Amino acid sequence: MDHADLRRRSRPRETLIQAFLFACGGLSILTTLGIVVVLGRESLLFFASDEVDLVEFVTGGQWQPAIGHFGVWPLVTATLMTSFFAMVVSLPLGLSAAIFLSEYASTRARSVLKPILEILAGVPTVVYGYFALTLMTPLLRLIFGRDAVQIYNTASAGLVMGIMILPLVSSMSEDALSAVPRSLREASYSLGATKLETALKIVVPAAISGIIAAFIVGMSRAVGETMIVAIAAGAGPELTLNPFVGAETITGHIARISGGDLSYNSLDYNSLFALGLVLFLVTLALNMISRRVVARFREVYE
Amino acid sequence: MSSILRSEANNSTGELPKGIFMPNSAKRHRLGKLWRVVFLSATVVGLIALLALLTDVLNGSWGLVAVQYRIDPATLADRPLSELPKEELVAIVEANVSKGLFRRFEREKPFEVRSREEVYALVEERVTQEEVAHSWPLSEALFHREEIERQMAADFPDAKLEFKSWISGAFLTRTMSSTPALAGVRTAGLGSLWMIALTIVFAFPVGVGAAVYLEEYAGRTWLNRLIQTNIDNLAGVPSIIYGMLGLAIFVRALGPLTSGAVFGVSESNGRTILSASLTMALLILPLIIINAQEAIRAVPDSLRQASYGLGATKWQTIWGHVLPSALPGILTGTILAISRAIGETAPLIVVGASTYITVDPQGPFSKFTALPIQIYNWTSRPQDQFRNIAAAAILVLLALLLTLNATAVLLRNRVSRRMG
Repeated sequence: MDHADLRRRSRPRETLIQAFLFACGGLSILTTLGIVVVLGRESLLFFASDEVDLVEFVTGGQWQPAIGHFGVWPLVTATLMTSFFAMVVSLPLGLSAAIFLSEYASTRARSVLKPILEILAGVPTVVYGYFALTLMTPLLRLIFGRDAVQIYNTASAGLVMGIMILPLVSSMSEDALSAVPRSLREASYSLGATKLETALKIVVPAAISGIIAAFIVGMSRAVGETMIVAIAAGAGPELTLNPFVGAETITGHIARISGGDLSYNSLDYNSLFALGLVLFLVTLALNMISRRVVARFREVYE
Repeated sequence: MSSILRSEANNSTGELPKGIFMPNSAKRHRLGKLWRVVFLSATVVGLIALLALLTDVLNGSWGLVAVQYRIDPATLADRPLSELPKEELVAIVEANVSKGLFRRFEREKPFEVRSREEVYALVEERVTQEEVAHSWPLSEALFHREEIERQMAADFPDAKLEFKSWISGAFLTRTMSSTPALAGVRTAGLGSLWMIALTIVFAFPVGVGAAVYLEEYAGRTWLNRLIQTNIDNLAGVPSIIYGMLGLAIFVRALGPLTSGAVFGVSESNGRTILSASLTMALLILPLIIINAQEAIRAVPDSLRQASYGLGATKWQTIWGHVLPSALPGILTGTILAISRAIGETAPLIVVGASTYITVDPQGPFSKFTALPIQIYNWTSRPQDQFRNIAAAAILVLLALLLTLNATAVLLRNRVSRRMG
C-alpha cells in the first residue's frame, strides 16, 4: 500500500481566493490614496493659478470667487462657530448622560435609555437640518427677538448639531466609564466617599483618556457635518462672530457650489478641492489625535 | 480626606466625637442628590430633543389648508371624483375644457388607451385645478382654529378650509411637480432604492472579503497594520469628502463608463445612479468591514480547529464554518451601514443628483434623485407648502430606516437566542 503524500500541496484555488481577499483589503488603501491624490491635484491647480495667492488664502478675510478673492477665514470662522456651539451642547450633556447611564442608572433603565439615545444617532442629518430651520430657528427668534436673529444663523445650526453629536459623545464616554474596574469604585466607597465623589473624583479621572477621545471625535464630526449647516446656517460667506447672522461653513460652501452648475477645470471647481483638502486634513488630524490620546493616556487595569 | 486624618490625629482618646468620622456628611449627600438630578436631566434632554424632532416633523406633515379650485369638484358630480368610473371622468374633461384642448389630449394619447388613473390626474390638473393658497401646521390647526378662520375670511374668501394629510398614497406614487400639493416622492424613492441596491452589490462582498482577510489571513506585517489603521481612519472622513472623490473619479475620470457610453447606452454625463452607488459603497465600506471583523472575531476558535482537524483547507473552513456562524452579525452590521447610506445627503449633492426629475429611473445609467435630496431641496425653498412635503418625505425616509433597523434588531435577537 502506498503511503499518503503528506507534503504540502499547492492549491491554486486557495491562493487565488487569498489574493482576492487581499485586494478587498487593499481597496481601502486605494481609497485613501484616491482622496489624497484627487484633493491634492486639484488644490495644486488651484494654488498654481495666477488669481490665487497662498498667503491670501491663509490670511484673507474675504471669500468671493466671483471677484477673485479667496481668503479662507470667513468659512473657517463659521465652521468654528457652529462646531463651538455643537460642543457647548454635546460636551456637558453627553458627559452627564454618560455618568448617569454608567454610574446611576439601573440595568433596566439603561436598557431603555441607551437605545433611545441611539435613535438620535441614526436620524439622517438632513432631517436635523429641517429640525434646525423649522423649530430651533423660530425658537431662537422667539427668545432673542426677530430683529436680532436672522432666519439663517450659525447658532441654530450649531445647537442642533450638538444634539446630533450628543449620542456619539455619551456612548463613547460611557464605554470609557464602564471600563473602569469595579474595585476602584468599591475602594472609594470603603473610604467613605459618596456616589458623586466616587464618580467625579475616581471614575471620571480613571476614564479621562476615553472621554477626551470622545470629545475630539465629536469635534471632528462637527467640523465635517454638512447638511445641517447647508440648510440652516446661511448661504454666503460672511466674516462675522455674531452667531445670529447667516454665515457659510466650509462644508456648506462645498455643498452649495457643487450643487449648482459647475464646470470642470474652472477656478470655482478647483477651489472646492482646496477647501476639501483643508477639511480632510483637519478631521484626519483630530481623529489621529483622539486615537493617540487613548493609546497614550489609557490607564490599564489588570 | 486630609481633614479627616488631621482631626483624627488631634483626638487620640480612642473615642470618635460626633461629626468627625463623617465630616459634612449631610451636606455631601445633599450635593450628591443634586448632581444626580443634573445627570438625569442631561439624559432627559436627549429624550426631549428626540421627541421635539418627531413632533416637529409630524407637525409639518398634517394641517389645515386653504384650497381654491378653478371648478369646485362638488359641482361636477354628486359623488367624490375619486369614486367615478373612467367614462364619467372623460365626460367631465370633455365638458370642462375647450374643444381644441380636448382634441389635443386625444391626439397625444387616445382616451381609450388611457388608464382611469391617468384620466383622473388629467381632471385634477386641467379641470378642478386644485390650488393650495395657504397652509397651517398641525399645532396651529389644533390650537388656533379661530384665528385661522378669521384669516381665511380676510385673505382667501373664495377658498375652502380643509384638513390635509400631506403624506398619502398619492404622495408616494406621484412624481415631482413644481406645485407642492401635486408633488410626490415616487422618482426619489425609486432612485434611493436603485442606489441602495447597487451599493449593496458593490460594498457587501468587498467589505466582507476585506474583513475575512484582516481577521483570518493577515499576519502581523506593517502592510496589514497599515490597512487596519487606514480603515479606522477612513471611517472618520467626512461624507462630503467621499462626494468629492466620487465627483473627480467616478463622474469625471470614469465618465464614459459610469454614463454607460461605453456600452452604447448614451447619457450626457457621469452623474448617474452608478456613480452615486460607487461613491456610497466607498463611504460605507469601512463601517461594513469594522462590523464584519467584530462578527468574525466572535466566532470561537474551536470551530476552526475542529474543521482543520477534519482536513479542511483554510478556505473550506472559512466558507463552510466561520462565515455561516458570523453571518447574522455581519448582516446586522451591514444593515446599519446601509441605513447610514440611505440618509446620507452631502455626497449625493456633490456627485450631482438632480433635483427635478419626473421619469422613473430605468437602470444604473439613469440620472437620479433620492429621498434625502428631495428633502433638502424642499426644505431649502421659502414657501411653507414645500416645508409640508419635506416633512412628509422625512416620514417616508424615517419609516424606511425604522423597517431596516427593526430587521437588524430582530436578526441580533435571533442570534443571541441561538448562541445562548
